[in-house]
Order: sequence, then structure tokens, then C-alpha cells
Amino acid sequence: MRVLSLAGRRLAASIPTLFLILIGVFLLLQLAPGDTVDALMAQMGGGDAATAKQLREFYGLDLSVWAQLGNYLWRLVRLDLGFSAIYGKPVATVIAERLPATILLMTASLSFAFFFGLILGVVAARGVNKWPDTLISTLGLMFYAMPTFWFGLMAIVVFSIYLQWLPAGGFEDITVSYTGLRRTLDIALHLVLPTLTLGLFYMAIYLRIMRGSMLEVLNLDFVRTARSKGMDETRVVVRHVLRNALLPMVTLIGLQAGTMLGGSVVVESVFSLPGLGRLAYESVIQRDLNTLLGIVFVSALLVIAVNFIVDLLYARLDPRITTGS
Amino acid sequence: MDMTRRAALKTSAAIASSVLFPMRSFAQETPRKGGVFTVHYGAEQRQLNPSLQASTGVYIIGGKIQEQLVDLDAKGQPVGVLAESWEASPDGKTITFKLRPGVTWHDGKPFTSADVQFTAMEMWKKILNYGTTLQLFLTAVDTPDPLTAVFRYERPMPLNLLLRALPDLGYVSPRHLYEGKGDIRQNPVNLAPVGTGPFKFVQYERGQHVIAERNANYWRANAPYLDRIVWRVVTDRAAAAAQMEAGQIHYSPFSGLTISDSARLGKDPRFIVSTKGNEGNARTNTIEFNFRRKELADIRVRRAIAHALDIPFFIENFLGDFAKRGTGPIPSVSTDFYPADNGPQYPFDKKLAAKLLDEAGFKPGAGGTRFSLRLLPAPWGEDVSLFATFIQQSLADVGIKVDIVRTDGGGFLKQVYDDHAFDLATGWHQYRNDPAVSTTVWYRSGQPKGAPWTNQWDWTDPTIDKIIDDAATEVDAAKRKALYGDFVRRANTELPIWTPIEQIFLTAISAKARNHSNTPRWGSSSWHDLWLAE
Repeated sequence: MRVLSLAGRRLAASIPTLFLILIGVFLLLQLAPGDTVDALMAQMGGGDAATAKQLREFYGLDLSVWAQLGNYLWRLVRLDLGFSAIYGKPVATVIAERLPATILLMTASLSFAFFFGLILGVVAARGVNKWPDTLISTLGLMFYAMPTFWFGLMAIVVFSIYLQWLPAGGFEDITVSYTGLRRTLDIALHLVLPTLTLGLFYMAIYLRIMRGSMLEVLNLDFVRTARSKGMDETRVVVRHVLRNALLPMVTLIGLQAGTMLGGSVVVESVFSLPGLGRLAYESVIQRDLNTLLGIVFVSALLVIAVNFIVDLLYARLDPRITTGS
Repeated sequence: MDMTRRAALKTSAAIASSVLFPMRSFAQETPRKGGVFTVHYGAEQRQLNPSLQASTGVYIIGGKIQEQLVDLDAKGQPVGVLAESWEASPDGKTITFKLRPGVTWHDGKPFTSADVQFTAMEMWKKILNYGTTLQLFLTAVDTPDPLTAVFRYERPMPLNLLLRALPDLGYVSPRHLYEGKGDIRQNPVNLAPVGTGPFKFVQYERGQHVIAERNANYWRANAPYLDRIVWRVVTDRAAAAAQMEAGQIHYSPFSGLTISDSARLGKDPRFIVSTKGNEGNARTNTIEFNFRRKELADIRVRRAIAHALDIPFFIENFLGDFAKRGTGPIPSVSTDFYPADNGPQYPFDKKLAAKLLDEAGFKPGAGGTRFSLRLLPAPWGEDVSLFATFIQQSLADVGIKVDIVRTDGGGFLKQVYDDHAFDLATGWHQYRNDPAVSTTVWYRSGQPKGAPWTNQWDWTDPTIDKIIDDAATEVDAAKRKALYGDFVRRANTELPIWTPIEQIFLTAISAKARNHSNTPRWGSSSWHDLWLAE
């Protein structure tokens, strides 16, 4: 119950921010020359002025900017995200179709980055300034410095073209139709390279943070106490140090959930995945305001949700931080 | 950078020679039934019905599902598809099509002249881009019997214009799925098209793929060969090349890959990279001049700019063997209309350019600059972007400072054709087999503001207007060709737009494909005879 009321309060506090963001994006897109009808004309390779006028009326673009904004906000209050110009169906449907791929990719990469970042960070901290630390830190630096799109393309060249172990792109194999477990496996295979590509960058950050915070906690008094009690080293690290060292990592995840939504544009394009990032990019190019605002709205909700979970995790990891006040 | 590009292009010379006979000798092979053909789909469109939107992005899918009255054969001549024969009245105001009997729509209903009547009057005349202009004077389509469609025009319609326009602008839609079903543009059938073609629509997952399967009731005997066609949505060009190498894609149409990837795949025996099969999709790179700038309204300045660009150098170093020097608004692949004499050609001559600019009264000022111009490159392809940089550097040499303003598709059209906020623009002109379809609108005055790819240069020339109007209604083929010769010479003399480079789209296709690239608009055609070897 307390959790629910906290969630409610969190959401209420986010609503003004959400509206400000949406109005900002709306106005920003007005600054870009051309509207969705121009984009459509560019795609068709021509059209006459009468058609353009008809289309503008159809999309409601003949109204003033403020009238359009007013209409949009009024619809949003009624939880109606509007109609997508490029997809010809409700924005909510369009987003719902794209959300699974994005969430799957995000969860997979975040888990991968978190898990391996944590382990490698601990290993590096335990052997600080010895060869495991040097090796892990160097690798981390490399992954951090490597541009995502380049890594993605190189991964395709190595694993799909030369070794032919994994598919080069797409969400699932469409030339054969699998069902059930075989399909799950097929999708999983398609997600290996994108997950690695997106996840390695974040893993590099996590392992640096984990290493740093492990080293810090390892030098605190209570660790010395624990050791002097005669506890064995594994127990000290797992029960006493790890739990405290995890706090900065968890903070980062909350912050980076949003970044990852953005970073997935590149990965989704390189691996031809049908996710939110590519949808957002296409909406900008096609000046599809409704779809873009819908994506901003949903992404904002996602980030709020992730941060809420992070808050709950804080309380779990460190009882001194309470969810109440 | 230059050196590697040059090296890459050297290799493309080898490809060009190897593609002269890309079919090798497969005549003795027996076509194999079955197989899934996968196609690179780079830019998703808002709908898939070619009766409503004339663009390669729609034909590449809709052209396999729906069919048109006529298509072009291997020699580029009109050949009947849904029409078996045609005849024009001597005054050119009535054109009668005899339709193919025994054709059914994918839902089993018969195809009749009523479908042609409805599509022509409601779609081609009212919605289809370029169709609205082509069919402007169409008053009625009569249907004396289910297999006869009589097109009635207010003004003479040259038969050879209609027959060359219809392969692109003559796709027929099923009347029974559109009539009385509300706004044609919003009809859900547009995203799940129903046609008479060799392939039936199965599924469209936005952002992922489109699937079509073989139509067992197709009217051509023993066709098609393929079981399925799958279009994969891949927006990243480099990723598309990688998927071709990994065997996930068989065919990338319309220059869908980068110039360097095309050159690389062309050397790989598993692929064929060629311009063959795209002759009907010729384009010219353009430079558009805005006459609202007093400097550009002076013909000496426009000619000076043309003389200042070393086009052969640019082609050799950046585009390779798949491009050549353009001669005018009608490209040389257009055998029906290409004139023997194209008028003035403006070879590279920097001294002459400087002299012309001096004569026009624009002497170099401080730092050697005569004046500055804003250049808007269209975002259609990497060649346009490279060409813009080349224009900038070449014009700097003759004292014209060029600022390049880059934007996306919607922004480009808005700024050039509606806001007129440009001095120079550079993009593509698509030639569509007859100059009256999409070429003359670039020159004819009186185009409504905001209409993309039309004369928005603030340039009016009564001479060229008269030539264009006369040619549009001239029913004698020889006289029409002569008029378009006058048109090209006038366009090159006055130079409101310069068309210095001629290109044909590149096809990259798996060497396993057979019967491909065998017509001038093969990528858009129905693929009824395409098959895949083991």
C-alpha cells in the first residue's frame, strides 16, 4: 500500500515535467522547415499543389500552431495520443507494436551490462594493480571508446559474414515461420549481437564504477572489523562490501535507462530491429508530430518507472534510506 | 580519402565491363519452381498501392501485387499487361483499350473495364502524383462492355505519351474494394493491396518486413516461379550490404547500397552489380538557379557557373563508371526522345567563367570574392552531397563563395519549392520515359507555389512554354520528337537549370537470380518470370 501511494505521488509530481517536455518538443519541431506533407511529397517524388492543400487539411495542418498544440494537449488529457500520419493508425497502436523489441533489447543489454560490469568490477578490485585489474581496465577503456555503430558493423562482419554463427539483422527469421520455443530461441539468437553492441559500452562504465566503489568500501572501518572478527574473505566481500558498493551502480541504472532508449536508435538501425528508437528517428524525418510526441510520452513514463524501481531497490540495499519520507 | 575512393572506382571499371553480359549463358537451364526471394527495402512508404503513389518505394512491393495496363518490354517498347491492344482515334481525343479476358483479382472477383474506369477517374486523375497532370484533360472512361475501356480526352492525348506514362502511372485497383468505402487515401486495402499480379499480399510488419506469396491463379501460364518474396526493412546502407553478404538479402534495388559497398560487392562472384534493368529510371543531377537573385538572373553568371565545374573530373573521381556527362533534360537512354543536337554544352573553362563574371559586372572584391550564394543540396543520395561540396570548392576558384545548407527531405522541398529560400539547389531530376510526365514541369511557367520538382525559379520564357504546350498535345510522334529537340536546345541555351550528370540506378543482386534485370524498369516490374537457382 505504501508503495502504491508512493508511486502515485511520484507520478503526480512528474506530470508538470511531462507536459513541459511535450510542449517543448512540439515547439522545437515547429522550427524544423517543412511539415509531414512536404515529407510525404519528398517520398512520393512529386505531387501537385492542390493535393498538398487537401492533405494539409486532412492532417489538421491548416490550423495555427497554437490551435494545433491546444488540440494535442486536450487529446492527451483524455489519454488519446492521436493518429499517426505515416502509419495511418492510432499512435498508441504504433507504439505498442514497437515497444516489445525496445524493452527486450533494453532489458537484455542492461542485465548483461550490470551483471558482467559487477563481476568484472569485483574481480578488478580484488586484484587491484595486478594483471587481472590491468587487463579488465584496458578492455573496459576499449569498449568505452568504441563507437557503437562501428562495433555493431564489425560484429556483423565477424559473426555473421565470416563465421556465419549469428544472423546479421532483423528481429526473427521471416523466410521460415517458427512457433513456440523454437521462435523464442530464434529471437534470442537475433538479439545476441545487438545486446552485446549496446551492452558493452555500458558494461565498461559499470565495471569502472564498481571497481572504484569496491575499493572505497574495502577500506572502510567496518570491513576491517569484519576481517578482524575472523570472517573469511569471500563472506566479507559478498555480504559486507558488495551490498554497499552496489548503491552507485543502481543510481547509474536509473539515470541510464533514458540514455539507453536514445542509444538504441543506432543499434536498431544497424541491426534492423523494429524498436522505438528507429520509430522516433523516422517520425522526425517524416515530421510526424503525433507519433514523436507519443514516443516522448511513453519514454518519459518508462524512465519514471525505472527510477521508481531504483528508489525501491535503494531501500532494500540500504535500510537507512527509507521509502517513506 | 581521395586515393582510396579512386582505387575503389578503378575496380568499378572492372565491374562495368563484366556486367555487359551478366546473364552468362543460362538459356539452357530449366527454371526452378520455388524459393524465397529477399529484397532490401530501404525506405518504408505510407502505403503500398501504386495506383495512388508513383514512386519506386511503392513499385518495389505494389508492382508485384498489382498490375498496370501496359509495361515496357526488353527494348523499352510498350507491351500489354492487363490491356491486350489499344487504338487511338485520328484526332487523338479517344483512346480505346481492349482488356485481357479471364483475369481475376486475388479475392476471386473478375477484373473488368469497370475497375479501369474507377481507377482512372478516382485515383489517376484525382490522387496519383504525376497522374493528376497526365490525366488533367481526361473527361470520361466509357465501358461499352466488360473488356473495353474507352478513354475520352478534352484535348488530344498523344498515344506514345500515354503508353510510355502508363507503365508507371497505369496500375489498376479493384473497384469493389474502394467504391463506397470512404476516403480512398485511408482505405486499409492500401496497406494490404489486392491486385491481379503474380504475387498475393500476405503480411506487413511495419519496420520489419513485407511478405507476398505466389498467386496460384495467375493469368500467365506457369508463372510465377518463386514461392514467396520477402522485403526486409533495413534503413542502414552498410547493414544492408552486410546482410547481402550474410545471405539474408538477395537484391538491393535503386542504388540502395553505398558507392563503396557497391564497388566491393561487384568484385564478389556471388553478386552482380549493374545498371542493367534500370534504364527506365534514369536521373540527372541538377543545379537549379534562383532568378530572384539578381546575379543569377544574369545568363552570363549561370553560364560562368557551368563553365567553372570540371564535370568529367568529378565523375571520374567520385561516381565512377555508373555515371556520365549529362547533355540536357532528356537523358541519352531515352531512345524515343533524345535529340541529335542538344544545344550548348558548357565545357570546363575556368578562364572563360571568370571572363563572363567580369563582363556581368561582378568584379572580385576583398579576398577575391565576387559574391556569395546559399546552396541547398537535396538529401537523396551521397552523390548529391559530394556534388554540393564539389560545387562549393569549384566556385571558390572563380570567386563565388558558396555556403552549403544541409537539410532533410521535407525541409529541402519546403525551402526550395515553397519558401524559395535558396540561391542554388542541387538534386535529382527523375526522367520517366516521356518528357511530358515529369520533365517539362521543371521549365513550364505558371506552376503553383509549393509544388515540388516544378519551375519555382521565378523564370518565365514564352518560347519554351509554347514548345511544351504544343508537344503535350501533338499526336504525330515524329513532330513530337522534333518539338522536344527544340525544348532541350532552348533549355540548354537559357539554362534555368543545368543537368550536367546523367546516372542510372544501380542494382546489386545475388548471382543465383535468373531472368532478372531484363526490362528497363525491372525493379518495379512484376517479376513473374524471376527464379532462383539452387
